[in-house]
Amino acid sequence: MLKSLINRIKQYFTKLKETKMRQILVTLGLMIVSLTNAHAGIDDAINSATAPIAELIGRIVFFKIPVFGAQLPVVVLWLVAGAVFFTFYMGFINLRGFKHAISLAKGDYADPNSKGEVSHFQALATAVSGTVGIGNIGGVAVAVTVGGPGATFWLIVAGFLGMSTKFVECTLGVKYRQEFKDGHVSGGPMYYLRKGFSDRGMEGFGKFMGTFYAIGIFIGALGIGNMFQSNQAYVQLNNVSGGALDGLGWLVGLVLAAVVFSVIVGGIKSIARVTEKIVPFMALFYCLFAIIVILMNVGTIPQVIINIINGAFTGEGVAGGALGAMIIGFQRAVFSNEAGIGSASIAHSAVKTDEPITEGVVSLLEPFIDTIVICTITALVIGTAQVAEPGFAGSAQGVAMTSAAFEREFSWFPIPLAFAALLFAFSTMISWSYYGLKGWTYMFGESVKGQNVYKIIFCAFVALGCVVQLGPILDISDALVFLICVPNILGLYFLAPIVKREMNSYFARVQSGEIKKYK
Amino acid sequence: MSDTILVALDGSEGGKRALSVAVDHARLTESSLLLAYVIDWSPYSFHTPEELSERHSRRESEIQRANDSVLHPEASALADSGIQVDTVVRHGKIAETLVELSEEHNTSQIYIGKLGESRMRSMIFGSVTAALVQTSSVPVTVVP
Repeated sequence: MLKSLINRIKQYFTKLKETKMRQILVTLGLMIVSLTNAHAGIDDAINSATAPIAELIGRIVFFKIPVFGAQLPVVVLWLVAGAVFFTFYMGFINLRGFKHAISLAKGDYADPNSKGEVSHFQALATAVSGTVGIGNIGGVAVAVTVGGPGATFWLIVAGFLGMSTKFVECTLGVKYRQEFKDGHVSGGPMYYLRKGFSDRGMEGFGKFMGTFYAIGIFIGALGIGNMFQSNQAYVQLNNVSGGALDGLGWLVGLVLAAVVFSVIVGGIKSIARVTEKIVPFMALFYCLFAIIVILMNVGTIPQVIINIINGAFTGEGVAGGALGAMIIGFQRAVFSNEAGIGSASIAHSAVKTDEPITEGVVSLLEPFIDTIVICTITALVIGTAQVAEPGFAGSAQGVAMTSAAFEREFSWFPIPLAFAALLFAFSTMISWSYYGLKGWTYMFGESVKGQNVYKIIFCAFVALGCVVQLGPILDISDALVFLICVPNILGLYFLAPIVKREMNSYFARVQSGEIKKYK
Repeated sequence: MSDTILVALDGSEGGKRALSVAVDHARLTESSLLLAYVIDWSPYSFHTPEELSERHSRRESEIQRANDSVLHPEASALADSGIQVDTVVRHGKIAETLVELSEEHNTSQIYIGKLGESRMRSMIFGSVTAALVQTSSVPVTVVP
């Protein structure tokens, strides 16, 4: 693999020699160097220009209604209501289907004749590396800072309920996917919204919803799956380098954007492939060390749990009290596991199966791994640090705060954490570039030229993400995410009866032995 | 009842040698041949979303390539030999899949060419041939 990569790069440079690109690159390099000396203030300029835009978008999407002294954003209510509804409507599929999900992912039901096709495990793994991102490390810290320890409790509850939402959207993703003549498949909310509504006799509305979603995911891909990721990766890099990158966000941004560009436009797939392979191990490595830190502080765990439970129901010191903590927990959970956003169903829809329900069941594991496991242990690590030493992180926020919590036990940890953060961010960006692209091609067709326009826009936002401060980034990203939820969840309500019918029929056939295990 | 002999082919010289030994054997014992091409694949590997969306068409073309460049030419070369020849392509772990095929088709023997795996590779990943010899329920002939 390394050999082919080197060969590619060699070819690339010989090509460069032939064209005048080389001169251009050299000039560009010189420009960057001179800019570094002259204008370290570029970051500030971009920052002050974007902040008001972020605020405006935030204000529109996060229309808030005051409830018992807390400000409840309507969209959060919309998401939670959906998750609760699907949990009850599907008869607690998130509990009932769990064991079956593991057995499907292990391949117990895989037909030997379909070997070589995308397996349940592969679809799940790809979707998980899209969702396991900075949200799991930094997002949890944000939740705890703003919503107090109680936000953790609601984060877990939201993860649990989100499993049902995921089940519905991933089942639909497979059921209504589009298979093209050349054999490649595209699926996701834009397709199930269009075809599902048209199945229910609402063709015009389905078309509208499909397009609405496609626009949403295209714009949303620039926030949650892009700017937030590159921003937090930069913050952690700057953090471990002792502030050497202060004011150089734009330079880090350009480098990151160049790497993303080389993968999604240049087609250097090896980079993406390597990342996809390292990410699961990084996630394991992260969890392992988190558990070690928790064990080293096992004495403080009862207090941490008391704080979490107390905070969840009293909301001490949190704006809006318990409800405030709840809102923040839910908000960050969705941001991390993407249940209700519909993005994961794009990745899941590539699986090879005759039973769409099976992929829905497997997708239950995704919020479980992402939120209930990884987010919870991050929260516990932060919690033990807070109990042992309140105010341990100083003014650090997001990833930097999580990093400080680990640093208390392992002084060297911020460095591998920066590496992990960079990889998580990168793999999430690659996945989301694809999700956004699917929204784009849904609207503008599969023309290569058009796709490249999208990819260049995407890369520009990667660079921008490193420059803007966390506050405005979170506002924009949150706002965009919830913009996508509106059409998706509305569609899920309408199509849920179809899923329920298939679910009942499927489990009846598993019970009767008609669907048999191969292993 | 005539026996079936499984021959593992992969387009290499070793595979060809294994086939020619197997052909002699089949003539003597009036057995039929099953030529198998296993494409190394694991259901637990990781891919990007883009690779997943193209997986189905890539699988088709992998199977077609195995058929067109290895299995069909070999089978048609044996057309006049009077031996009954069948072919099969399957994805999976090589040794494991050969054993699986052997059991499914009830074959009496397996022929495989020595793969020429480097010592380093065998040390790290284990040798395919060794794994096959150890897990097979029928005699395995390794042709050098």
